[in-house]
Amino acid sequence: MLNNNTVENVLVLFALAIVLVGGVAILGWGVPLAYVLHGWMIAIFAGWGLIWMIARMNEEVRDIPLEYNDKVTRYGVLAALFWALVGFTVGDILAWQLAFPTLNGDVFWSNFGRLRPVHTSAVIFGFGGNALIATSFYVVQRTSRARMASETLPWMVFWGYNLFMVLAATGYPLGITQSKEYAEPEWYADLLLLVVWVGYLALYLKTLSRRAEPHIYVANWYYLAFIVVIAMLHTVNNLSVPVSIAYPKSYSLFSGTQDAMTQWWYGHNAVGFLLTAGFLGMLYYFLPKAVNRPIYSYRMSIVGFWGITFLYLWAGSHHLHYTALPDWVQYLGMTMSIILLVPSWASVFNGILTINGAWDMVRTDPAVRFMMVAILFYGLSTFEGSFMAIRPVNSLSHYTDWTVGHVHAGALGWVAFITFGALYKLVPWIWKREGVYSLRLEAWHFWLALSGTLIYVGAMWNSGITQSLMWQTYDADGAFLFSFLDSVIAMHPYYVARAIGGLLYLIGACIGAYNIYMTVSGPKKAQAREAGPLVPQPAE
Amino acid sequence: MSTQHQKLERHSLGFAMAILMVASIGGIVEIAPLFTIENTVEKVEGMRPYTPLELAGRDIYVREGCYACHSQMIRTLRSDIERYGHYSLAAESMYDHPFQWGSKRTGPDLARIGGKYSDAWHVAHLEAPRELVEGSIMPGYAFLSETRLGTGHLAASLTALSRAGVPYTDAQIENAEKDAAWQADAEQYFEGELQESYGENVQVRDYDGQPGKLTEMDALVAYLQVLGTLADLDSLNLEEVQR
Repeated sequence: MLNNNTVENVLVLFALAIVLVGGVAILGWGVPLAYVLHGWMIAIFAGWGLIWMIARMNEEVRDIPLEYNDKVTRYGVLAALFWALVGFTVGDILAWQLAFPTLNGDVFWSNFGRLRPVHTSAVIFGFGGNALIATSFYVVQRTSRARMASETLPWMVFWGYNLFMVLAATGYPLGITQSKEYAEPEWYADLLLLVVWVGYLALYLKTLSRRAEPHIYVANWYYLAFIVVIAMLHTVNNLSVPVSIAYPKSYSLFSGTQDAMTQWWYGHNAVGFLLTAGFLGMLYYFLPKAVNRPIYSYRMSIVGFWGITFLYLWAGSHHLHYTALPDWVQYLGMTMSIILLVPSWASVFNGILTINGAWDMVRTDPAVRFMMVAILFYGLSTFEGSFMAIRPVNSLSHYTDWTVGHVHAGALGWVAFITFGALYKLVPWIWKREGVYSLRLEAWHFWLALSGTLIYVGAMWNSGITQSLMWQTYDADGAFLFSFLDSVIAMHPYYVARAIGGLLYLIGACIGAYNIYMTVSGPKKAQAREAGPLVPQPAE
Repeated sequence: MSTQHQKLERHSLGFAMAILMVASIGGIVEIAPLFTIENTVEKVEGMRPYTPLELAGRDIYVREGCYACHSQMIRTLRSDIERYGHYSLAAESMYDHPFQWGSKRTGPDLARIGGKYSDAWHVAHLEAPRELVEGSIMPGYAFLSETRLGTGHLAASLTALSRAGVPYTDAQIENAEKDAAWQADAEQYFEGELQESYGENVQVRDYDGQPGKLTEMDALVAYLQVLGTLADLDSLNLEEVQR
């Protein structure tokens, strides 16, 4: 009988077969060893997926249970924590390398340049991406009162995405990169991610279309924007010409100015739609749940959402002020970046005002404290971002550590705080536990993370502005007062401080991971009760 | 507004399409014209595609992640120009697939590093940066001097680049592997051939101080030494460049 499921199964089998052929081709024709290893990984993954699918299809048809499917969400949470620890650890190693350069080791795989994308990819895509996939699966089911539209696709999305992550993180130290920041993986990994992403989008839309609620809840708008826009950005920015199937190397289709603009259109909106929109989706579900209050304003949600969706894509050119990019694009990007503050702060106020009436929870519940501080950091870094997009300010901040500080105010203070806040709520729910193992450890995590972030960001503000002023200081005769090297040497104390801040943050995350591990391995709740009743689905 | 929006909220596919439409406007307005407006990339004398050896060096520059700490973009600011030289022109990266403008200066800008230091300085500095520059925090790259340069893929690399629009000739593609070895030849035996094929501004010599051995260091130094030297800035019509 040909039904919806059969069509979906055939498509999944077809996709897996294509991936398998790709993997076999790479391991067969590939020349560099690292690339051949990647071929094996891809082929084993796809082969295992095919066997699993076929075995499933041959089983007797099982009744799909009338309950939410949280299995993949559990895996996603654990994967997010794993990548968080990898990303934070590598990040702190990099920080110490900058303070004490002998730590580079001067071996080909251990130098700063090769390790840096391991850090950025592991935290943005490994930690952030897995957290978004996991929570989006959870949220879309609850807000739609429907079970996931497929029993197999969620697994394909989860494993495919994490295979992409492994290819990325193992490729960089071995020299596989296309050098576009936050889009470093080469063409074959990009193609794999494209297949996975199409599956993710189809799954999400299909689950939404099964909803028992007439309206799509605001959290899903953001998750959907994250999925749709990342698909567009990923596809356009990774257009490239591979050298051949035998090599991992490819050359970007665009060059120079056009390539730079495309890259920062991508780069800025990876921030806008992965690190902002996705996590706003998280905020819009987990904050009201945690404080047990409705979202403050529906209108503000609409203004915030469409403002961000429209304006963010114009702002990328502020990364290229005073460069060889035509001035009209630079000014346009600056203008839109400033206007972008309006919808950004609409979300900030919507979040903060949602806590009204429950402010005591900020004191008593560390998870709520995490979320509240996350909103403050979101407000701070969006203001700072708009400020840095102004050309004269940018002439001071660009190319310096100030940018690094800005990014980490957003990443450590906003993205990771909202995620940890949400995870401390989500973990007891999906593993059906009474609550988190230890509120004291949760509070320790909070204070370590907060002090780590403040030390980090403070050090980078100081080093960035010092750096820039040293580059631009002239003596009375109009000669530079400082050599470039002077500015490098002056950074040392700030770089040590930054590495200490990062270490505090890492220790906090380790405590968090232990706390979550103990929660998961602890006793089950006596009787599990779901928040909203699940509505039976029509048989397919 | 709210009632209109409530209608949209009832259609998942419609909502996704609306997001795609709204989100694509910015890119269409800001990126697409860069390919059509003619003076986006000005015409400058002297620009040529990279020779196979320089390209191999560029691939190493990309592979090692040098862009994480070094920019290749001199902005139109006084402090940039006086420290690093004439501001970078769009044309100077017209054959850069991908661009290497960078986003951070942990080390200095490299857009015009070519010709500023000797080959021997570059080799010694790359091998052990703090031996030459006390206080530098750059990692060491001694392994480049010991690694033979792989040239087997260069013809395929040139082919791929020509598909992306770089004007390599069939002869250049065919001779890519040979040309790479010739450019690092200490005897400079084939200097004439290389200059005939790529132009007068091709520099032929043994870069890494190990004659008879073609290493990754040869390629990287050849690339560094050509950076910023190609465009003929004297013949520039400044009115045309300023946009």
